[in-house]
Amino acid sequence: MTPEIGQFALALALIIALVQSVLPILGASRGDLVWMRSARTSALAQLVFIGIAFAALMRSFMVSDFTVANVVENSHSLKPMLYKIAGTWGSHEGSLLLWVLILAAFGAGVALLGTNIPDALKARTLSVQAWISTGFLSFLLLTSNPFERVFPPPLDGNDLNPLLQDVGLAMHPPLLYFGYVGFSIVFSFAVAALIEGRVDAAWARWVRPWTLAAWMSLTAGIALGSWWAYYELGWGGWWFWDPVENVSFMPWLLGTALLHSAIVTEKRDAFKSWTILLAILTFSLSLLGTFIVRSGLLTSVHAFAVDPERGLYILGLLGLSIGGSLALYAWRAPSMEGGGLFAPISREGGLLINNLLLVVATGTVLVGTLYPLFTEALADQKISVGPPFFNASFIPIMLPLLAIMAVGPLLSWKRADLKGVFQRLRFVALLSGLAALAVWYLTEGGPALAYLSIAIATWLLLATLREWAARIRLFDVPFAQAVRRARNLPRAAHGMTLAHAGLAVAVFGFVGSSAWKSEKIVFVQSGAVTEIAGFDVRFDGVQRVQGPNYVADRGTLVVTRDGAPVTTLYPERRFYPVAQSTTTESAIRSTLAGDLYASLAEPAAEGAAQSGAWTLRILYEPLVNFIWIGAALLVLGGGLSLSDRRLRVGAPRRATIPKPQATPAE
Amino acid sequence: MTRALAALPILIALIVGGFFLWGLNPSRDPNAIPSVLISQPAPEFDLAPVDHVGVPGLSRADLTDNPAPVVVNVFASWCVPCRAEHAVLTRMVEQGGVRLMGINYKDKPEDARAWLENLGNPYERIGSDLNGRAGIEWGISGVPETFIVSGNGTVLFRYVGPVVGAEAEEKFATALAQARAATGAGT
Repeated sequence: MTPEIGQFALALALIIALVQSVLPILGASRGDLVWMRSARTSALAQLVFIGIAFAALMRSFMVSDFTVANVVENSHSLKPMLYKIAGTWGSHEGSLLLWVLILAAFGAGVALLGTNIPDALKARTLSVQAWISTGFLSFLLLTSNPFERVFPPPLDGNDLNPLLQDVGLAMHPPLLYFGYVGFSIVFSFAVAALIEGRVDAAWARWVRPWTLAAWMSLTAGIALGSWWAYYELGWGGWWFWDPVENVSFMPWLLGTALLHSAIVTEKRDAFKSWTILLAILTFSLSLLGTFIVRSGLLTSVHAFAVDPERGLYILGLLGLSIGGSLALYAWRAPSMEGGGLFAPISREGGLLINNLLLVVATGTVLVGTLYPLFTEALADQKISVGPPFFNASFIPIMLPLLAIMAVGPLLSWKRADLKGVFQRLRFVALLSGLAALAVWYLTEGGPALAYLSIAIATWLLLATLREWAARIRLFDVPFAQAVRRARNLPRAAHGMTLAHAGLAVAVFGFVGSSAWKSEKIVFVQSGAVTEIAGFDVRFDGVQRVQGPNYVADRGTLVVTRDGAPVTTLYPERRFYPVAQSTTTESAIRSTLAGDLYASLAEPAAEGAAQSGAWTLRILYEPLVNFIWIGAALLVLGGGLSLSDRRLRVGAPRRATIPKPQATPAE
Repeated sequence: MTRALAALPILIALIVGGFFLWGLNPSRDPNAIPSVLISQPAPEFDLAPVDHVGVPGLSRADLTDNPAPVVVNVFASWCVPCRAEHAVLTRMVEQGGVRLMGINYKDKPEDARAWLENLGNPYERIGSDLNGRAGIEWGISGVPETFIVSGNGTVLFRYVGPVVGAEAEEKFATALAQARAATGAGT
């Protein structure tokens, strides 16, 4: 019964979405307030019905209802409850249902919280949101029904891919989707503004909290995915430039650009058509990600089951939404320029460079990701584009961005005094140079780029803190007064400091774990000792242990440093009999200075497992935890900005009042 | 802003979309790795032996005049899967009567020698491909790779990755049996 309720609720949601696609936008053009406000009801109803469908699917998973094909394929009665629930979004169908759920949630969010948005803009925005909703709900119902039944029902399920049975990964798709799909509402706002033909500072302020919310989730989602890859896949890397990683990274890059260009639109009434374009492109890249993951277009470890029919349907949806919005853009954008003028050296100028670099970086990733497709189509050559391309092209774009990022917040709007800024930063520059020298002294060689990156990350970190300290006049006035100034500073300012500092912290992690990583792959028998980065790792053999739905070979590694015991690591290889697959559970000793990371590879040779010989992979990754700390700071900074009362979604309407620049009252 | 500039995004999107449409062609398999060598004569190459291993080097001439198909395996001491594959290859040579030729890919001769001393040497000939030139000629995408070459030097089969595990060995054994049957029918 439950699955039928779910299916019925989905069909109802589609009908509601169809109504919402038409009625409010017509009302907006006819000036009919009742029609416009119907969007509120329909947006909420959509959320309720898709929520019911999602709950129905989740229940089918929780009770292991093996009459539902999707449950059979992705669950098993012996699986722990958490992963049964996570199985709801583990498949193509289920994850798409989550996708439309989040789409509806953002629509309902604007309907409920966007009380300060003019009726016409809100009605148009929600209609555009409903267009997307209609497209994906029909896709779900027509090609990927999650509630399909099987008869006769099998006795048990096929299990979820064991690699995906992990707490980090159970949370990864919801967060990622929240980010991906969250940009849909920004897209809808942009299209609505194009239809209205009007973009102003107020528009930018309404859009910014939604952008920020989506951006935060995407940041958290990407970080979580990368963390998962780091400790679960057993390769010891945190980023592989896999096509599917790239398609989640591109909206992040453009979303970051959008976040910054929206500031200029909000405060200076400039960059209007640019902000609109970024809003459209950010969501377009999210859609592109959905398409690539589900169409089998590119080879990837992440891809869902391939089905060309689904691919064509999504491509059709993509054509309509991206093509339609960009055509509208080409038609309407030329007529909406204007706004504040500024000198090249100014806050606007800094943000412009930020935007250009981010867009170029996105373009680089896009070209690298799609290049294999281009060459195959044009030259009939199969190639793969790997980390060397991305490292060689992406890093040189990012380093100047980081360097300029340190200066940007110190520049004033309209016209800035660059000389004065550098004057204020001369100690920071000196310290950055010293930091690079110190690292050079402490390490035994490394690429020159790594030392440069350390210098730039230090520069960014210190300049960001310097700017914050100057705003609260930390050392100029008595401490208590500085604290009071800090309390009076808008939260968005703290948020920016935190996020920028977070990126600098993450860069330390990127550089440390890439440039000074040590790695050993050894063939060991019980008792063998391996030396890595000053640690002695003794292999004490492997035991067989029984888990809930797997059996594992658990290795014991005793780690000592200069004879003193450090820790004991237990890397595992788990075999899941139902899914017939094996996963690696790495063992990691985490410290701020670095991670000692061990994983057990397959028995080194045939019959070697019996003789107790194994292939062991040991890595030392310096500073790697700074990546996750930095990511957490980014999210926290975003959260702090989001909680700023100026941006608060439900904040009272202030559109007509020019934004006070200097001291906001608290 | 000029109209042309505003129209640029849609133009790019349309071009990229065109590629996507092409890419969805159902007969296309993005995972397939094509091999231009299949049914072609083995490429021209001539490799010196690995020092002090005690087997001769390998060149194309060694593959063109054999009574039965031979197996050419590309390996390296730094390659972990090769280690796992080594036992399978050894068993094929000892029990399956396979003639095995090796291309030691981008490997230091002393490392290769230590590796072979440690694990045993099932290879009849080993060419040292220090600079990877022969690897390019053979079009390998990584190590290990294993080829079946007919008696007259035609490449019949290519296996990418280690021939380890029931499925892989089965596939390889089938290909080898076919190659042998074809030779038997020919002579």
